[in-house]
Amino acid sequence: MDLVYTLLTGFVSVVLINNLVFTKFLGICPYIGVSGRIDMAFGMGLAVTFVMTLSGTLTWMIDHWLLMPLGLEVARYVAFIMVIAAAVQLVEMYLKKFFPSLYESFGIFLPLITTNCAILGLCLFLVVWGTSTLIEAVVLSFGGGIGFTIAICIMAGIRENMQMVDVPKALQGAPITLITAGLLALAFMGFAGMI
Amino acid sequence: MAATLERQNPYSEAVVTGLWREIPVFRMLLGTCPILAVTAAVKPALTMGLCVIFVLVCSNIMVSLMRKGLRPHVRILLFTLTIATFVTIADLFLRAYQPRMSEVLGPYVPLIIVNCVIIWRAEARASNSGVLLSIVDGLAMGLGFTIALCVLATIREILGTGKLFEIQILPTAFPAWAAMGMPVGAFLTFGFVLGFINYLKKKPA
Repeated sequence: MDLVYTLLTGFVSVVLINNLVFTKFLGICPYIGVSGRIDMAFGMGLAVTFVMTLSGTLTWMIDHWLLMPLGLEVARYVAFIMVIAAAVQLVEMYLKKFFPSLYESFGIFLPLITTNCAILGLCLFLVVWGTSTLIEAVVLSFGGGIGFTIAICIMAGIRENMQMVDVPKALQGAPITLITAGLLALAFMGFAGMI
Repeated sequence: MAATLERQNPYSEAVVTGLWREIPVFRMLLGTCPILAVTAAVKPALTMGLCVIFVLVCSNIMVSLMRKGLRPHVRILLFTLTIATFVTIADLFLRAYQPRMSEVLGPYVPLIIVNCVIIWRAEARASNSGVLLSIVDGLAMGLGFTIALCVLATIREILGTGKLFEIQILPTAFPAWAAMGMPVGAFLTFGFVLGFINYLKKKPA
């Protein structure tokens, strides 16, 4: 029961309270670049969630079962980035072979995920938060992905509507997106008292 | 006139490009993650900028040295590994000599690995130019990045705490805007600074 409770609070915390986009500023690049349409944003979010869960779990295993016992924490960053790159490659090959239509619709996003700071960021935050069990690492990385998907979808929805709004010339494009993100971050701060 | 100057001297062109024409953060919208995360105060922002300059110059040198042997499909992997190595060096250095700063910056130092500015320069400049030009390019781009960080950090620290470099500069009667130190302030400041730059750009000179 205790475990379930810990996992549940951890999940809610990483989705809402410590949302990667709004409080840790991770994955802002695709956030600004991609989030123009809801369906694309959702696809991107799913791809990120998948890769994030996979690489969060893998890096936790490597960190705890390989690097820590051997005292090789120095190599942590190099190992992490290689795991992520490999995971993305695997996912890409797998999708290309078995789900070609899905692969087509992801297009350029998949390779871009390698350099999505949200993925590496989450793996590093798992270390910072002192995640101690495997199941916790899995849940937290899945939650991180869900949080990212929620953020990017809300944003895409707002931007779809914003096309009909008369934004001051100088603020068009990225500036107004950032200002909107700021207001959303303000809203998300309201979740802070939940746990 | 500027065009002829460029053709004559790739070095000065690299400097102008890095510091103004393609200043990484404001013009290209690259490397936005640390821009938002470490700009609550000027000191961490400056530290971050120095780390980025170090990594950028070193990785540019390495990539430039091995540019003849690069193969298309392993290129990005090699870039990333090079960058990760130098980031590890910078992180260990910070932890040893600036432990407090290292704690403040936290995982944002290792996140330099996925900072698009660095891989962009490796791809666009270092993989097809000589070592010296790559160094100049790295310095200029790094400096441009640091300037952007410091501009945002200055605004946020002054409005958020009334201080600069932890020295009180606004009268103490000024109510510190706590929101400026939070994520909200980061997004809003960045948005408005970008808007201001757009405004300057569109105004006929």
